[in-house]
Amino acid sequence: MGKLNDDKWLYTISSKRKLIDFNFKEIWRYRDLLVLFVKRDVITVYKQTILGPLWYLIQPLFTAITFTLIFNKVANIETGTVPPFLFNLAGISIWGYFNSCLNATSDTFKSNAGIFGKVYFPRIIVPLSVIISNLVKFGIQLIIFIVFYIYYYFNDAAIHFDSSIVFFPLLVILMGLFGLGIGMIISSLVTKYRDLKFLVGFGLQLLMYISAVMYPLALMREKLPRIAWLVEYNPLAYIIETARFMLLGTGTFSWFGILYTIVMTFLILFFGIIIFNRTEKTFIDTV
Amino acid sequence: MSVILKAENISKQYRLGLVGTGTLSHDLNRWWHRVRGKEDPFLKVGALNDRSIKADSDYVWALQDINFKVKEGEVLGIIGKNGAGKSTLLKILSRVTAPTTGEIKTKGRIASLLEVGTGFHPELTGRENIYLNGAILGMNKAEIKAKEEEIIEFSGCARYVDTPVKRYSSGMRVRLAFAVAAFLEPDILVIDEVLAVGDAEFQKKAIGKMQDISKGDGRTVLFVSHNMAAVKSLCTRAIVLENGTSVFEGNTDQAIQFYLTADNQKGSSCIRYFDSSNFDTEKCLVKHIGVKAKIKDFNAPITREDVILFQTEIEKFDTSYITVVFMIKNEAGEIVLVTNSELGEKTLNFKGNKKLEMQIPSHFFNEGVFYVDMMVTDTKKPLFHEKDVINFSIIQEEKNLGDWMGKSPGYFKPKFIWKG
Repeated sequence: MGKLNDDKWLYTISSKRKLIDFNFKEIWRYRDLLVLFVKRDVITVYKQTILGPLWYLIQPLFTAITFTLIFNKVANIETGTVPPFLFNLAGISIWGYFNSCLNATSDTFKSNAGIFGKVYFPRIIVPLSVIISNLVKFGIQLIIFIVFYIYYYFNDAAIHFDSSIVFFPLLVILMGLFGLGIGMIISSLVTKYRDLKFLVGFGLQLLMYISAVMYPLALMREKLPRIAWLVEYNPLAYIIETARFMLLGTGTFSWFGILYTIVMTFLILFFGIIIFNRTEKTFIDTV
Repeated sequence: MSVILKAENISKQYRLGLVGTGTLSHDLNRWWHRVRGKEDPFLKVGALNDRSIKADSDYVWALQDINFKVKEGEVLGIIGKNGAGKSTLLKILSRVTAPTTGEIKTKGRIASLLEVGTGFHPELTGRENIYLNGAILGMNKAEIKAKEEEIIEFSGCARYVDTPVKRYSSGMRVRLAFAVAAFLEPDILVIDEVLAVGDAEFQKKAIGKMQDISKGDGRTVLFVSHNMAAVKSLCTRAIVLENGTSVFEGNTDQAIQFYLTADNQKGSSCIRYFDSSNFDTEKCLVKHIGVKAKIKDFNAPITREDVILFQTEIEKFDTSYITVVFMIKNEAGEIVLVTNSELGEKTLNFKGNKKLEMQIPSHFFNEGVFYVDMMVTDTKKPLFHEKDVINFSIIQEEKNLGDWMGKSPGYFKPKFIWKG
């Protein structure tokens, strides 16, 4: 049996774990599964509904109308030269992407316990597929934004694309990764401590208010300088503010803010992968 | 042939009870020990996995020090009672959960079939689900595409393949799911009881396909089942698990024999008591039933030379007629004989307590283990029906040195009269 020891084992199943066990090769091998999961999510969400994918549009549209009525007409938040409705629609679409990414990924282990308990595949495929299928949804929402953009443009509203718009896709990916990172951390902890599930629900609501969704960053600094740091330390606020800068040519752009956001995103993602890896091996015993 | 999979000292510990506030303190304690580089304090505790005994510890070892090797092309059966740790072992093998200690090394890709139809989405069509399920089980798109037609044909659902799966009957769903699984081509296949699904015709088809996989293609298979017939026909070697430890490893026939008799090693005669909770009739009450050798006590072995006594005590509350029926079964649960009190020309219309006795002459049964179902009926319907009420084993009579000591086949070995 001497020969046997020389042979290479393909892999080892054990309790020992490396800090980061990120097997790109294996994930690549399962790429077809990723595609199929995305397809499944996109196809099945609105099956047997009358309006179908129109729901993708109705949600942000009505939220934007409500925000415009309350924050701009009643509370008189200034959006500069940009029409308030367009201002809100941009913020809500982008926030909506983060919101649905986080919501869905934070439930990864619990809602997929049935599959995870029976078959092995790289678990990260599931949150990744969520990020991508939400991207499809975001794409559809972007189309409605462009329709309104064109409408306002020909009605002489003072809006223009900034040339930095070519980086807009990168910004969206950054947003997705941020959602993925936080989602993975929460999903790992939720398997054992269900308390977090409740936190996510209302935490997201609170987070929206400090993410510069319905007001410009500058306005916060001007009106509430004492708690403006809450917004300034929030990477999401920079993403949304920068997105509006690219799309509408309004608001502020700061290199510091973007750099800070990138660093934070990758830190959280890195931490997320570590904790996710730890959990995926034994979560089925505690879920 | 070379070893394709090797399990070394696999153990798995589970926490009993609820996950609550106590868990957080245990987790912190554990973390604190790890930070200081010490051993996990909770790995030391934990009792042997015995369901029936109330645990005095919050932790239990579902598996303890399991070692085995699987050679390429071998079909290894894993058998054991409920709760013996079979499923836990399968979960570890299929990487659903990690072992607490020990490791499994493998040279091939493992695909596991702990259930058929994992990840089926009711809203997707049969065809879409073939792709999804196939991908979950580890196939890529090209592989599935190449086998798509075969899968559809094997499932026998060609007509419905473009209909959402939620409109399928449960049988059709299982057929489709099994068809996908049957066309998996991993190096090592891990299967759990999937044969226990579908109708008889499909089961036959499934077992046939499994045999093709293991014998025809020379694939390595790990197979867990309660179905001894399937284990016998598929496996080349088997492991018997008991309370989380491996108690037997060897060829399939011996392993099955070991598994079936494991329970009956100790008492070859026994007695069992009942209380009124076993009854839903007000006519009578069986107080106890026992089997023993005529001149010996309970728990003493019964040899072929002993006269066997069935003793039971019945309390009756009226004077109607009853019949006591014993059905004696072999290890596989097949009835080998039925006898009743009417055949013994005993009319039972007494009121009150009565002890009854049935005698079986010596040299009647062959050596082996027998299980007894007991039934008490009145003239119309059963009043009491209990399966496996007692069991007994018969051992060889003492033989002279030099005589043949082996066991002859069959369940009976009576002494008949020979002349000549």
